[in-house]
Amino acid sequence: MIRAAVAIAVLTLLAGCGSDGEGSGAEAAGAEGALILATTTSTRDSGLLDAILPRFEAAGDCAVKPVAVGSGEAIEIARRGDADVLLAHSPAEERAFMREGHGADRRLVMRNDFVLVGPTGDPADVAAAPDVTAALRRIVAAGAPFASRGDDSGTHAKELDLWRLAGLEPDWPDYLETGQGMGPTLQIAAQKRAYTLTDRGTFLATEGLDSRIVHEGDRGLANRYHVIEVRDAANAACAAEFADWITQAATQRAIGSFGADRFEEPLFVPASKDGRG
Amino acid sequence: MDLIWDGLRRAFELVVGLDATLLEILGRSATVSLTATAIAMAIGIPAGTALGLLRFPGRRLVAVVVYTGMAVPTVAVGLVVALLLWRSGPLGDLELIYTPGGMVIAQVLIALPLITGITMAAMQALPAELADQLRALGANRRQLVIQLWLEARLPLLAAVMAGFGHAISEVGAATIVGGNIHGQTQVLTTAIVEDVGRGRFGPAIAYAVVLVALAFAINAVLTSVQQRSAAWTQA
Repeated sequence: MIRAAVAIAVLTLLAGCGSDGEGSGAEAAGAEGALILATTTSTRDSGLLDAILPRFEAAGDCAVKPVAVGSGEAIEIARRGDADVLLAHSPAEERAFMREGHGADRRLVMRNDFVLVGPTGDPADVAAAPDVTAALRRIVAAGAPFASRGDDSGTHAKELDLWRLAGLEPDWPDYLETGQGMGPTLQIAAQKRAYTLTDRGTFLATEGLDSRIVHEGDRGLANRYHVIEVRDAANAACAAEFADWITQAATQRAIGSFGADRFEEPLFVPASKDGRG
Repeated sequence: MDLIWDGLRRAFELVVGLDATLLEILGRSATVSLTATAIAMAIGIPAGTALGLLRFPGRRLVAVVVYTGMAVPTVAVGLVVALLLWRSGPLGDLELIYTPGGMVIAQVLIALPLITGITMAAMQALPAELADQLRALGANRRQLVIQLWLEARLPLLAAVMAGFGHAISEVGAATIVGGNIHGQTQVLTTAIVEDVGRGRFGPAIAYAVVLVALAFAINAVLTSVQQRSAAWTQA
């Protein structure tokens, strides 16, 4: 899956190199009705895309090509005009993207939260910490292994924010950077008995982990996903249709029920305010 | 075109500037793959020799297994090794998952069928009467095998080159077993995948160039040994 996504990204990028001008890449790569959705690995690794995209494709004439990469790279792909629509969770970068005039419209889609997970047994006793700053301090003080995405993703950006807010430098020997998506990073963390920051959805959806949540619930751990229509997108019609569709009531209900049967709790909470009938 | 030119320029800077990260990843790639190739040689050349020369029940089946091994996708090898090395797996106590040691194990299994298979074919390609002549000259088993290896040194070197080439160029097993952890298990191929995914084409191009250069350098050394001895044979 990862390689398929990367391959699509590369093909899209290469197509974009052939001609100048915004939006040409997606146009060159896509047949009529092909919508390039640049999104984060968490929407794919949690299984959400597989669950809801077929409904969108069945409802209209747009075929979606999801490119699941870190949020930073997803935004970069959109900035180059190589994607028609963005589904990301890196608010600061998204706002910059809008300010620069690359986005036509940005709407809140859903939210969940980030959680700190660690090995069962919690050797650094993180669970006893009152807040996330104290939790991170305990990890650093214990010199415990910590697996970082290290990939400019929304989760990585969040993690770096947390270190900065805590006034800590993540540079001890067992601070591991995987450069991979959330799924592989969770596996590596579990096997290395390391702590890591993850979105709740991917953590719940990843099987075979010998890890548990050691800290959750701070206000600062909120995780919000926005859909952004790229300005002058090659397939603007499908992009608008997608943004309308993912924020409408029926889809929002599908997002809200996704995973509830398997994990006792939904992985994402629908958050769109402009749901229509 | 900007993307390509920027990438090439950045790659040039990294290679010429002997970028520290580049050198570190290059060193790890070379160490892991050369170690794996050496181990695969130590097992595969004797095993291939035995398969090529000896007659025993089930030999044909083993040969089919070896040839099949040459075609097994490296991700499948990575999956099997990861399941074994997994903390909860049968070899979990060794704590080799996501370490260079684990990657060496995977690459041994990747290079071994090639080295064994080509060795077997090389041994079978030797003239049948050669072994008889050597025995008639009073060679014991050990001397016989060494003489046959010298006779087949060109294909044997080709076997080693094929094994090394397969090991260093694969990315599937390196990702699954190694995990691409920066500073610990990241190798050239996994670094290329990561950087392409992040749109950092400069480092990706630099790693690809260095990977090809490393393969070229090692094969150039082996080929020069091989061809010198070929010339010597004809002289």
